[in-house]
Amino acid sequence: MELLGNLWGELWAVLTTLFAAAPYIIGYILIILLMMVIWSGVKRLLTPKHDYGSLKTVTFGDESAVTSNTVASVVSIVLIFVFWGAFTGSKLLPGFLHAPGPFVGEGSFEYTITTPAGETDTAMVSVVVHPATQETAAPEVEPGDGIAKNDSTAIASYRSALLRVDRNDDMGRDEETFITAVDGQAIAPGGSVDVAFGRVAMSEKGTLNIVPATGLQMEPIWLPAPEAVWSRLGEIATVGYRNSTLAEHLGYSLFRVIVGFLLGAIVGIPLGYAMGLSNWFRGWFDPIVEFMRPVPPLALIPLVIIWAGIGEVGKIILLFLAALWIMAIAARSGVSGVRISKVHAAYSLGASKWQIMRHVIIPNSLPEIFTGARVAMGVCWGTVVAAELVAAEKGAGMMIMVASKFQSTDIVLMGIILIGIIGFSIDMLMRQAEKWLVPWKGKG
Amino acid sequence: MSGLQIDKLSMRFDLPNGSSVQALKDVSLDLKAGELLSVLGPSGCGKTTLLNIVAGFLAPTEGQIILNEHTVTGPAAERGMVFQQGALFEWMSVRENVGFGPSMKGMPKAEKTEIVDHLLDVVGLQDFKEKAVYELSGGMQQRVALARCLANEPDVILMDEPLGALDALTREKMQGLVLKLWKETGKTIILITHSVEEALLLGERLIVMAPRPGRIHTEYRLPFAEMGVGQDLREVKKHPKFAEVREEILGMIWDMEEEIMGRTEDA
Repeated sequence: MELLGNLWGELWAVLTTLFAAAPYIIGYILIILLMMVIWSGVKRLLTPKHDYGSLKTVTFGDESAVTSNTVASVVSIVLIFVFWGAFTGSKLLPGFLHAPGPFVGEGSFEYTITTPAGETDTAMVSVVVHPATQETAAPEVEPGDGIAKNDSTAIASYRSALLRVDRNDDMGRDEETFITAVDGQAIAPGGSVDVAFGRVAMSEKGTLNIVPATGLQMEPIWLPAPEAVWSRLGEIATVGYRNSTLAEHLGYSLFRVIVGFLLGAIVGIPLGYAMGLSNWFRGWFDPIVEFMRPVPPLALIPLVIIWAGIGEVGKIILLFLAALWIMAIAARSGVSGVRISKVHAAYSLGASKWQIMRHVIIPNSLPEIFTGARVAMGVCWGTVVAAELVAAEKGAGMMIMVASKFQSTDIVLMGIILIGIIGFSIDMLMRQAEKWLVPWKGKG
Repeated sequence: MSGLQIDKLSMRFDLPNGSSVQALKDVSLDLKAGELLSVLGPSGCGKTTLLNIVAGFLAPTEGQIILNEHTVTGPAAERGMVFQQGALFEWMSVRENVGFGPSMKGMPKAEKTEIVDHLLDVVGLQDFKEKAVYELSGGMQQRVALARCLANEPDVILMDEPLGALDALTREKMQGLVLKLWKETGKTIILITHSVEEALLLGERLIVMAPRPGRIHTEYRLPFAEMGVGQDLREVKKHPKFAEVREEILGMIWDMEEEIMGRTEDA
């Protein structure tokens, strides 16, 4: 029962977070829908098309009538960058698109103290909020007269500061004199009052906590602006990170993937053929292959590290295992998928077993093998990054993991984008290779 | 003697549930070189099994196939086969498909090219020889399959419903082509079909098979194939004898189907 209670608490926390994000998500969707309406209006103004597709009257439910709208894709990508820029105060965007930024500049508020005798006095607190990168001293202020004396403080943006404003007063908390109001509004321990530049809260002990408004923009430490990521890319490409240049990090990751995949294919494809052509081989390897296939390669990382360490050998063994089963199964189903009439035809045209293998079974299985290779390359790429996150001296995954430990969010973001681009490029290359090498795919 | 002897062929195999099926029983047939035999029958009468045994893809439980005085034990180039569909190699061009048999024999390139070019002329696909087979229509693909089979110079050509998947018009044209090739090459041909009309048009000899167990029910010798070589097949179909035999065979198959249905209902 306790477990259920805990899980309910976790679920509640997740839902609360989602609700907090809901206005932003809804805003995003509304903008996309607005774009859709605008585009359909613009389209009407353009020269109407008269191809076959546009003459269809039934498009809702017709799968062939639904194609990816290029305009929507462009809007989608542009919007991601606009949002990114808007919430990070990017210099690439005109200022009116920026989300409200954190308060920077000078502000002040007034506080009121009440002595045990019931006397009150007020004093000013001058606050300078400065960008975190630019150290600024607290402004000099005249103490003023009365029991309460004026104070000043400097706070970096996105930060807050506890300030014992009564320390320089003639009567402080030791004399049972307490702050009772801020800017004329009553305040008590635990409470807070909104002021022009943000908020002033009072701690349980009666100290004021000055919290300048943070706006809606993200602090660079959480989300750097696009141009910051871009300039970090340039820096890492030339200077490098952790003793290796960007090309070395990515090159090592790709090297592992390619070597691991090739080894997996070299062993897996003949294994798959053997399983597709011989009862004995099928029986021999079926239990192994069927068991190993659903084991995520990531689950093998600890064992591979124990056995082979964190060097190249371990990584390549891991990727070999990731590719091996996928390629074996692809080759097996490629062989099993050959139409018996093709094999019969080849036999009655006088082909020998070897000729049937060479001219019928292998070409017939190539489309399946290519599909398997695409899957295997994708899995290998994911696995290598994960393996590098765990332990590596070089590599894309290692780069972002180390960067995250130093809060270098720009490097982490850059790494994620590069990993995505490379993964996508691998898939596109495999598709292109498939088009060139097995044009008969799906035409049998 | 040369020719094809089907000698007391029986085929019986066990099912996983312990019962057994008698697919063929005592099927005997003598086919002289150059004869065209069409085989008709309701589904389940064993015609495809018979063809697979002749091709050498299945071993009979009793009896044997004798071709040119030796017993058939497996598939070989002397018995070419044309399938209904999808037996072309889509990774090869039309030219490579037709040249497959000669290539397997290791025939010199010049000689092979000559054979392939000649056959592509015969089937009218000279302009398509560099195309991929999946770019061709169904009728063209079957013409490639015919040419591929002929390129290998088989003694016997086995056709398993080669025109079954074609539309009516293409089918009629292809029937004419089959007759023309038969006459020109003088090959022995066994043709399995579901269409009574096709069996009548193409079969110099025709057997109707009956199911359970698969056996030869009736045999005909027909003049229509010879007639069809010289004239339009549509003219042949107007022959009074044609309609008469067609009705007779249709009635025969109808009765067999009725009997099967009846038996299934009893069981």
